Amino acid sequence: MIRGAALMAGKDLRLEWRSKVGISQVLPFAVLVVLLFAFALDPDRGVLERATSGLFWVVVLFSAVLTVQRSFAVEAEDGVLDALRLTGLSPAAVYLGKVAALVVQLLVLEAVLALAVAVFYDTTFRGWPLVVGVTFAATLGIAGAGAVYGALAARLRSGNTLLPLLLLPLLAPVLISATRGFEVGFGREAGPGWPWAALLGIFAVVYLTLGAALFRPLLEDT
Amino acid sequence: MEPVVHLRAAVALLDRFPALAGVDLDVDAGEVVLVRGPNGAGKTTLLRVCAGLLPVASGEARVLGVDLVRHRSDVRRRVGLLGHATFLYEDLSVAENLDFWTRAVGASTDDGRAALDRLAVAPRLHDLPVRALSAGQRRRVSFAAMVARRPELWLLDEPHAGLDATGRDVIDGLIGEAAAAGATVLFASHELDRAEAVAHRTVTVSGGAVLAEGASR
Repeated sequence: MIRGAALMAGKDLRLEWRSKVGISQVLPFAVLVVLLFAFALDPDRGVLERATSGLFWVVVLFSAVLTVQRSFAVEAEDGVLDALRLTGLSPAAVYLGKVAALVVQLLVLEAVLALAVAVFYDTTFRGWPLVVGVTFAATLGIAGAGAVYGALAARLRSGNTLLPLLLLPLLAPVLISATRGFEVGFGREAGPGWPWAALLGIFAVVYLTLGAALFRPLLEDT
Repeated sequence: MEPVVHLRAAVALLDRFPALAGVDLDVDAGEVVLVRGPNGAGKTTLLRVCAGLLPVASGEARVLGVDLVRHRSDVRRRVGLLGHATFLYEDLSVAENLDFWTRAVGASTDDGRAALDRLAVAPRLHDLPVRALSAGQRRRVSFAAMVARRPELWLLDEPHAGLDATGRDVIDGLIGEAAAAGATVLFASHELDRAEAVAHRTVTVSGGAVLAEGASR
């Protein structure tokens, strides 16, 4: 299963590198949204500073929807999904491979976004370990849930427009926990931040387990 | 000896419509069987059922000894399907596609390169993205990916479509070699003159059922 997952992840990352959709479209979109919020809220720097954590994760979620859509659109093209099923790769391997590739792409996106909020919002990252821990756990949860719903949406008519409606409400706990964790990490909120990271970790583990176990029906014709 | 393909009153549904409406068919090892019939007769559905991609709603269906009603996913790795779609990633190069699909089935990447040579895919094309290829070249790459799997059962949907005369001759040669090596070939084609010359036997389907069977030329 690990070999299959690594093969899928490598293929997805190579596809992304060749097509440059993430770098040329998703990444500029994310930075543009950060910039637009800076323009909209700049007259009141206090609001911008207070909203930085939430804005960061909202932009991550919107960008994640685009990344997940792209990840499963390539499998729906030209009968590729049939070919994947004919390989005999286990559905869990396909799922974990997709998740791994999504995690790498989202981490790159988040690194660029962190730089963007540091520049445009004057954000200082004080609690680095917490910020990094929250980011990894949240990204794993987003990718884990995104791969399940991405596969589901890819099988449906109008799936592309349906995906945000399915995925974003589900990721609300991630948005809340990651935002609170960042607030502590940025030093804007007192109290322990690691419980938020732990909550995100639990969400990620639950979704990864469910996804790996239940991915088979999402790949099958019924 | 059990037939490679054994269908009895097999029914398969597409959007609740019986695309296969009680098919009876036996295909023995090493046979090359042409499936002919008008558009919408159920040829593609028959091939997809045999590949384990579509569920059998009722009846009996065994392929390579696997009960498709209960365990259809078990047969997939042992068959090769050439469909209307290319089964290729457009943004990856020809070589990258072959590497991925051969490694995914546990075959050697050398098998992929050898299959490309066998299909006469020019080496200068190997590093081009699939989207830069013509329809005929894509068809050859698709076929190469299927051949590299070394399937026991070849399921070919219009294998000659989109190919030039040389490409068609190559395909016919590969089908003959596969059968001689003990593989079984079930293929659908509208190019009856060429297809009947390759096939050992012809099966005519219409309305999702087998109407007639007969020896080929």
